[in-house]
Amino acid sequence: MPSYLWLIPALPVAGLLLILVFTFRRPRISGYIGIAAVGAALVLSIVALVGLFGAQGAGRGPFITTFPWYQAGTATFSLGLLFDPLAAAMLVVVTLVSLLVHIYSQGYMDGDPGYSRFYIYLGLFTASMLGLVVAPNFLQMYVFWELVGLSSFLLIGFWWYRPAASAERPAPSAAALKAFVTTRLGDLGFLIGLLILFSQTHSFDFDKIEAAVKAGSIPPAILAVAMILVFMGAVGKSAQFPLHTWLPDAMEGPTPVSALIHAATMVAAGVYLVARAFPLFSSSPTAMLVIAWVGGFTALFAATQGLVMTDIKRVLAYSTISQLGYMMLGLGVGSLAAGTFHLVSHAFFKALLFLGAGAVIHGTSGEQNMFYMGGLLKKMPVTAITFLFGALALAAVPPFSGFWSKDEVLSATYNSGNWPLFIFGIVTAGLTSFYIFRAWFLTFLGERRLNPELAHAVGGNDDHGHGGHAPGDAHESPAVMTIPLVILAAFALLFGLVGSPWAHGAFQSFIAGPGETYGEINLPLATVSTAIGLLGILIAWGFYGAHWFSAEALTQRLRPIHTLLINKYYLDDLYGWLVAVVLLGLSRLFAWLDRHLVDGIVNGVAWLFYQVFGWAFTRAQTGRLPNYALVFFFGVVVIAGVVVGLPAHP
Amino acid sequence: MTTDSYTALAFYVIAGLMVVGALGIVLLPRVVHAALAMVFVFFLISGIYVLLGADFIAATQIIIYVGAITVLFLFAIMLTNRSYAPDSNPANSQWMAATGVAVLTFGSLAALVSQANIPQSSDVSAGLGDVTLALGQLLMGPYIIPFEIAGVLLLAAMIGAIVIAKES
Amino acid sequence: MPITLTHYLVLSALIFSIGLFGVLAKRNVVAILMCVEVMMNAVNIALVAISHYRLVPAGNLVSGLNGQVLTLFVITVSAAEASVALAIILAIYRGRRTVNVDEVNLMKW
Repeated sequence: MPSYLWLIPALPVAGLLLILVFTFRRPRISGYIGIAAVGAALVLSIVALVGLFGAQGAGRGPFITTFPWYQAGTATFSLGLLFDPLAAAMLVVVTLVSLLVHIYSQGYMDGDPGYSRFYIYLGLFTASMLGLVVAPNFLQMYVFWELVGLSSFLLIGFWWYRPAASAERPAPSAAALKAFVTTRLGDLGFLIGLLILFSQTHSFDFDKIEAAVKAGSIPPAILAVAMILVFMGAVGKSAQFPLHTWLPDAMEGPTPVSALIHAATMVAAGVYLVARAFPLFSSSPTAMLVIAWVGGFTALFAATQGLVMTDIKRVLAYSTISQLGYMMLGLGVGSLAAGTFHLVSHAFFKALLFLGAGAVIHGTSGEQNMFYMGGLLKKMPVTAITFLFGALALAAVPPFSGFWSKDEVLSATYNSGNWPLFIFGIVTAGLTSFYIFRAWFLTFLGERRLNPELAHAVGGNDDHGHGGHAPGDAHESPAVMTIPLVILAAFALLFGLVGSPWAHGAFQSFIAGPGETYGEINLPLATVSTAIGLLGILIAWGFYGAHWFSAEALTQRLRPIHTLLINKYYLDDLYGWLVAVVLLGLSRLFAWLDRHLVDGIVNGVAWLFYQVFGWAFTRAQTGRLPNYALVFFFGVVVIAGVVVGLPAHP
Repeated sequence: MTTDSYTALAFYVIAGLMVVGALGIVLLPRVVHAALAMVFVFFLISGIYVLLGADFIAATQIIIYVGAITVLFLFAIMLTNRSYAPDSNPANSQWMAATGVAVLTFGSLAALVSQANIPQSSDVSAGLGDVTLALGQLLMGPYIIPFEIAGVLLLAAMIGAIVIAKES
Repeated sequence: MPITLTHYLVLSALIFSIGLFGVLAKRNVVAILMCVEVMMNAVNIALVAISHYRLVPAGNLVSGLNGQVLTLFVITVSAAEASVALAIILAIYRGRRTVNVDEVNLMKW
């Protein structure tokens, strides 16, 4: 294990502490410190990753060092570090995307009053995510899991002082709360699952639990229940159905946050959990089936909602949910390589798409509704082209990275024989390319359509320093924002090659070890999926590019479906009802019980003593000596009676 | 009549009069009359002591109780309120309960006493010897310390009584 | 019937009870004190009687008169106590002009 491994999570912590203590009032310097810290962590991560290239067998780890932290009875809880190819890859992904976001934020957050605070929170998040990746046991992972959730809360609610931007969009503080509470539900399942595992194996360590599972000492039914519960945590964190409702609302946070956390890294934590504990999951066919179905269903479910969104960030949010579903599907059908490959590939192109969306929002001084955009290809060409690269990757058009990774997932599903999920995957691919190109065409082609209600350039999400252009006057972003876009676009184009047949599936065997044939193309399958993807692009062109068909007419014809989709299948309303009526109703009942029953008993006892006994004993204090003497001698008589009455000693 | 029968006669007479006297203390309506009844009872008790051969104590009883304590009580009665008033020694509101307790007390004590087998010496005539000398030897011998402490106690009581009753 | 210890003890109990009745049932505090004295005397009777009937054989008076010694001490203490009590009564009378024990009830709730 590299001796400097601990530095990788520690450097962002050092950065955030420096900002907090020294440079809080010097925002520019805060930004530089943040960038320096994450940049250094990135360098170390790359060095560590390269060190693992070519390693075979035992050289692939996992390398674990721990030190004992707390002892309770016979159980010892320890903290430490774990290093293996999966962790190494994740470290690079997290630090790289984080660095690009740090740089991008120099431009995006310029002028915001909370600039230093932003970099502190970014550092907190990065450190927490890195700590999660190198955790050697479930306990440490859970700790950092919660820290990541906290960072997400802080970052979504970054503009907590802002009210709701419109009727359909919640206030950032409400969105942050919703994210936290929803993921907390998943975390509850996670914790219970962990405790079940602990009760079976008396350990939280991955290797010990793995050994117990291999030895068959855990009954299959219990293992299945425990692993499904642990998966609940992933369902929450990775926004799978039914705990997905927080992610679209999380778009109220600044767009760099959406790029980093809600596209590339934090939501990937759930996928990482399944990957890390893959030996445990794969030992329970029931759990794997649950994972695959949740993933496949979510992929399709979310893609349908992406079709009708008007806010560009929300399109990307539902896309994220859908793609995470693909990753879960890949893992669920048994392919660690497929799920992980798509995780990394998606991280790059989704971050690219979000940062591009951010550039659009920034450049239009806060417009987020695609129907009020248009014609931005001329005004911000770099953004438009890089966004196009991201869209092509998402639509899985070869040779972009998304093609290779999604193909890996689809062929794994096909090979597992699960027909329904395979169909889901194919249909979703078509929907995916449709909705992303719908977005691209609406945003960048044609002529600018301004929001008639805006007579002046009022900011939506993005009201920062340099206001004052006339509406309709969009501009390209500064270099600090476009350079990360270009870098990510290069990854979107080229990354897939490391998993392609020309590389003999290098990425997959790096992660999952040798022993399977990776990187081989199932040509018929690849052709079908590419064709569907291109078909989706063509149909989108038909509606929004060349206007062969009318979107409004179709919407009218299918109004019931459209209403269902645009109301998010009424899930938010359902959950809201559940909380308001069921949860709060129960709470009120219990509060009433507590106040009247429990407190009533306590107060009643006190009243009894005070009123009844107190009254009696008070009246006994007459102050009259003869009374006292009477009682005294009466007592003497009683004692004498007892003595007389006692049988004599034998 | 035998000695025993003389003793018995004397006992019953003294006892009977003592009971009457005691009842007088508690029942007579004027407190001065009650005090006089108390004197009467003290005398009779002294008689009991003589009957029991405790001549020194009999004498002490007369000197202290009849002589000193009675005077003390009479002074107190005279110094406090209208002692000749017909209602100066009334009963209070709990006299019925008091009767009950007193009866119960007597009952339990009498039961105790008649049940208890107190071992007695076979020859009681020795108790009629030179008691005073023996008492003196006892007081100056084994009981010297209680004797001295009693003296200190009396001193303290004397000083205390003076201090409390002083006009200030 | 010869007079036995039991007779004396019953007499003592009787006088004690009568005195007890007086302590509990009288309103005049001086009268109460007088009854206390009566109770103490009753106890003395009992002590002397037991001493008389329980003399150690061989007629060793010195070792057997403990009852009478105790009686002497009871008399002493009773005298001391009576004087102090009467002093208190006088002090209370000076302040409250009453010897009615019912009216000295500052400890009433």
